[in-house]
Amino acid sequence: MTDVNVIINEKIEKFGKERQALMPILQGIVADKNYITEDELLLVAETLDLSAADVYGTATFYTFLDVVPRGKYVIRVCKTISCHMAGKDQIIDTLEKTLSIKLGETTTDKKFTLLQANCMGWCHKGPVMLINDEVYPELTPEKAIAIIAEYIAK
Amino acid sequence: MAKYEVNLKINNIPVTVEEGSTILDAAKKLNFRVPTLCQHPDLCVAGNCRVCVVEQKGAKALPAACATPVSEGMEIFTNSQKVRTARTHIIELLLSEHNSECTSCYKNGKCELQALANEYRVNENLFIKLVDKNTYTIDNFSPAIIKDDSKCIRCQRCVRTCASMQFVSALAVSHKGDKQKISTFFDKSMNDVVCTNCGQCVNRCPTGALVEKNYIDQVWDAVNNPKIHVVVQTAPSVRIGLGEDLGLEPGNRVTGKMVSALKRIGFDSVLDTDFSADLTIMEEGTELLTRLKKALVDKDETVALPMTTSCSPGWIKFIEHKYPSLLPNVSTCKSPQQMFGALAKTFYAQKKGLKVENMISVSIMPCTAKKYEADRPEMRSSGFKDVDYVLTTRELAMMIRQAGICFEDLPNEKYDSIMGESSGAAVIFGATGGVMEAALRTAYEIVTGREVPFANLDIVPVRGFEGIKEAKVLIKDVLPEWGFLEGAELSCAIAHGLANANKLMAAVVSGEVNYHFIEIMACPGGCLGGGGQPIPTSPEIRAKRMEAIYEEDANMAIRKSHENPEITAIYAEFLGKPNGHKSHELLHTHYVKRKGY
Repeated sequence: MTDVNVIINEKIEKFGKERQALMPILQGIVADKNYITEDELLLVAETLDLSAADVYGTATFYTFLDVVPRGKYVIRVCKTISCHMAGKDQIIDTLEKTLSIKLGETTTDKKFTLLQANCMGWCHKGPVMLINDEVYPELTPEKAIAIIAEYIAK
Repeated sequence: MAKYEVNLKINNIPVTVEEGSTILDAAKKLNFRVPTLCQHPDLCVAGNCRVCVVEQKGAKALPAACATPVSEGMEIFTNSQKVRTARTHIIELLLSEHNSECTSCYKNGKCELQALANEYRVNENLFIKLVDKNTYTIDNFSPAIIKDDSKCIRCQRCVRTCASMQFVSALAVSHKGDKQKISTFFDKSMNDVVCTNCGQCVNRCPTGALVEKNYIDQVWDAVNNPKIHVVVQTAPSVRIGLGEDLGLEPGNRVTGKMVSALKRIGFDSVLDTDFSADLTIMEEGTELLTRLKKALVDKDETVALPMTTSCSPGWIKFIEHKYPSLLPNVSTCKSPQQMFGALAKTFYAQKKGLKVENMISVSIMPCTAKKYEADRPEMRSSGFKDVDYVLTTRELAMMIRQAGICFEDLPNEKYDSIMGESSGAAVIFGATGGVMEAALRTAYEIVTGREVPFANLDIVPVRGFEGIKEAKVLIKDVLPEWGFLEGAELSCAIAHGLANANKLMAAVVSGEVNYHFIEIMACPGGCLGGGGQPIPTSPEIRAKRMEAIYEEDANMAIRKSHENPEITAIYAEFLGKPNGHKSHELLHTHYVKRKGY
């Protein structure tokens, strides 16, 4: 993992020290660490001279900018109607059993977090899940187990 | 450049307004009332509550009157059937997300949403009540402000107030959709963040989501306990604001009636914060002259100038969070409230032969931050909590109503003694520029032996609502002991509202400006626009309150703090001299650096 100061400075160099640098910085931190801690948000606010509450507000507006601890691999199963009809509930069920966690939770080894997400635009190939930035379409319970096994082995 | 005029029709009546006006402005001009919630005369346009929607001929959607500029030939209907139906639905939707336990709500009868629900006779069960499905927290950790998210309609008046008027931004919008809420940083308690407790959000919250923490029951308990001696002090601005909450028009001076009401409620002694405001002038004026002497004569480079005032607890918390490096510049004088509290439980108790443990000291303040100030650990100079309970102007009005007192018919009564005498210089503490004016009236006279060179002692340049004011006073022909000030030009600045204070402080830090003395009040217009004053507030209402304050000053027999006989007496009998040993023990304090969020 990269030092958060390095991420902030890198983005400031590219986007300036104004408000418009806020989103790239937050995205940069999440890309590297999967979630943003309180101290990191505060550092961002201080660096850009923005109100801390405002920065918190921005981060919480976006589903993908997590401010609560997440596992190394964040699984997001599409919850919208096409994936629902294609059987996303069975996928979630399988994942919950495989990982021994409920939706919204993180495994004790901090490796996996299981979440739902809104439409990812893969309606023609549902049900679909996202693990960090990787898309896995046309899931079946068996396929889901196999994919998780790969990540466990990583 | 002259603005273009725009002609339009509202409810078939032609009207002409300046370009850039909103439909709401035009409707107002014709005396059509369009209901609003998120709109506020002190704040920028938001257009998010939608209750002000109107019908525009030829347009499919209903525009929000507060956020839509007029255009030539526009035809608007503010009360068509379509509008009424839409508005009723909007109010019902707002109520579906609002905890409507009105009878037990602190804002019962004063809630703008409740008033609209009343006016539109809403159907309660049309939409699913979301309040029951969500979990809410009530943040009541702050001694000053309670935040109850279940009553919030997300109009964001508080967010705009905190950001644009106060430059604090303790509150912001977080999350989205049905999860959207008004939060502090990481949803911490208001007590743990940068909130200055100024209460401007409380003044503008249309519902009961943001209210002051009230201490009405505790005060009733105290006044009803025969073993307890309860003293009450009333701040300068309460006497010109209180009437508004008791059915009078803004700008009514009700000093005598207020004293009368307090006596009828059962306070053992009704005294005046104005007395300790006069005392503040003696202490702060002396502190300023001492700092100037150290800087000019002793060439002491460690002396912090400009010196800023310390009366406004919102300002104190602001500078502790945002400019901790400037804390040495803040006068060490306590605010008049705390000076009074410290003296009530020492000097007053001695004179009256009272046991301090049998005393309760109450203050009536136009302010919510004063509640926090009274709770600060530094404010126990008497060995006890110097001020036990702080009530806002609104809480006092509530007590007066509860007591069944017919306020308008009350006789005018006088403050009790001791610590009830005051000067006109003290009452103007309630208006922005007032502390400066009071300080100049006294300091100039101490140094030169002559009155300030302004007609009727009215130092007009420091008065009014301009965000940042400047004044320069040339000091010449001084008394021999003040020789070092001969020919000096005292340079002063005044800011009100923390956004203006921030601008001024940024300029001080960067070295762009060079002042000797700065007065800062956290609230717009000074204490008269304080977070504890009657709701609603607007520039017009504050202007009327300001007029009343200066009227009160003009009508006082004594106009200068140092001429208040009780001030002379307390120095002779008890305190010794301004900034003396006893003063430092009781009347001065220190400040702490706080974190930046």
